[in-house]
Amino acid sequence: MKRRFLCCALWLAGAVQAAGFDYGLSARPVAPDVHVFIGRSEDFTTANGGNIVNTGFIVAAQGVIVIDSGPSLRYGQQMRQAIAAVTPRPPVLLINTHHHPDHFLGNQAFSGLPIAALPSTIRGIAADGNAFAENLFRLSGDWLLGTEVLVPTQALAAGPLAVAGRQLELIALDGHTGADLAIYDSASGVLFAGDLVFNGRAPTTPHADIGHWLTALDQLEALTRRPGFTTLVPGHGAPTPDAAPIRQTRAWLTWLRESLHQAAEAGLDMNEVLARPLPPEFADLPVAASEYRRSVGHLFPAAEQAALK
Amino acid sequence: MKFPLTMAAIALAALMPPADAAALQESGDPLASARWGEMQKAFLAGQQVLFDPRVKVSAPSTAENPLQVPVTVDATALSNVREVIVFADFNPIVQVLRFYPAGSGAYLGFRVKLQQSTPVRAAVRTADGLWHVGGTWVNTVGGGCTAPSAAASSPEWQQRLNEVSGRQWSEGPASGRLRLRIVHPMDTGLVAGTPAFYLEEIAFADAAGQPLMRLQTYEPVAENPVFTLQRGALAGPIEARGRDNNGNLFQARIAP
Ligand SMILES: [Zn+2]
Repeated sequence: MKRRFLCCALWLAGAVQAAGFDYGLSARPVAPDVHVFIGRSEDFTTANGGNIVNTGFIVAAQGVIVIDSGPSLRYGQQMRQAIAAVTPRPPVLLINTHHHPDHFLGNQAFSGLPIAALPSTIRGIAADGNAFAENLFRLSGDWLLGTEVLVPTQALAAGPLAVAGRQLELIALDGHTGADLAIYDSASGVLFAGDLVFNGRAPTTPHADIGHWLTALDQLEALTRRPGFTTLVPGHGAPTPDAAPIRQTRAWLTWLRESLHQAAEAGLDMNEVLARPLPPEFADLPVAASEYRRSVGHLFPAAEQAALK
Repeated sequence: MKFPLTMAAIALAALMPPADAAALQESGDPLASARWGEMQKAFLAGQQVLFDPRVKVSAPSTAENPLQVPVTVDATALSNVREVIVFADFNPIVQVLRFYPAGSGAYLGFRVKLQQSTPVRAAVRTADGLWHVGGTWVNTVGGGCTAPSAAASSPEWQQRLNEVSGRQWSEGPASGRLRLRIVHPMDTGLVAGTPAFYLEEIAFADAAGQPLMRLQTYEPVAENPVFTLQRGALAGPIEARGRDNNGNLFQARIAP
């Protein structure tokens, strides 16, 4: 029994080695000239190498606009290869939606290109990028070998952005982090929502302000009601032709905020809050239990402070 | 791996539910920590020790944020508790806090900073001089997205040092509970250039001066400490008086 398991484990390890840290990226079209790479609905592990995130690209007339670069140098490199399999046009701009490591640690593979983000995303990557990278290395291991933080150099502002012959609309929001950029591609009607929207996976909250986040979701939902809207691309989970993932994210955040507020008002200690079961509507949501535990750590101290005043 | 119990332990076991009695142990650390011997020498030298399931130490088995690990010590199943020592075997500063229940139950919730995976233990001395020990392992991991940012340590404390906010509950599941938060950086002195700066002592009493609990805290208690106590039979407002290692004093009244 034991030996058989060992063989199996060795075989698996060999398979990973032979595959050479292959993320298996293949571009999935969501609209003409608009493609995404969909990550797994999991926590960071040494098996997934940090590929729990969505990235994407738009093939514009004069080159490729890349949206987020993934969790490692290897991911960024493999992403470039996968883009080259779709179009001969070169990448001309990389945009980081926010300062979380699974969205910018592939930047290195695009060095030499303009890399753009909102100003406080740039400051966040400069300040915390290395600490985030170290943490991700601990969680996902050698997939990150050689990965170094490359800080974006170009500051973006809300409003229209003409790039490579394409007309983008930049929407500067916050709530998931202090600066969350959503990108609306007018030609295709695709809305890249970044991590303001999760689909089929519990949201992460290490830098969240839930009040601001809920406001941002309302603004995103309004965009999905525009006549030309076709596709919503969440930061994590499958793209949809509708606003369902926005409602799902809103339901989780609303429950989380209310539940922590009530627990603090009832005088519960953090250990008691951690021990509470998830409500049935979220029991089957992937990584709900682990994200809930993390969110209690991130958000309960503030709820507690409000209740103790 | 059961060891024969002494007379004192056998007498104790006779008074306990069978499951708890079966778990009583006088030697052989149930948490199998390489540092238990040292801990015993440092905190409980030469005294009789019983690993006792009635000393309940709750903490997450995996701590997502090692700077704020919630710990709850509940020894209310023991009577005549005189002193409780909390320590973490593998922490760079091992001793977390001590408390001396008077009017309160032998119960305390708090948060602790942990440097690495470690047992967190409570040693509870009862009036008969016996030490009852309970504990749990806490594993710490870094957390990708979940890493505390450098900006998280706000300069709040500079204006609000030793500010206390608190509340009592007299109904619902937390009835008889007192919770308070104190603004303090709780610097360990282990970070270069930042000297140790932490709360040392807090005494809780009712308006008539009847003591509820005395609490001694050390460097590993988490920044801006939050404590959960049981008020016991005491009613009315509770006074908390304390000081830190720089001699800063505070006093607060927590209304019922
Ligand atoms: Zn994120």
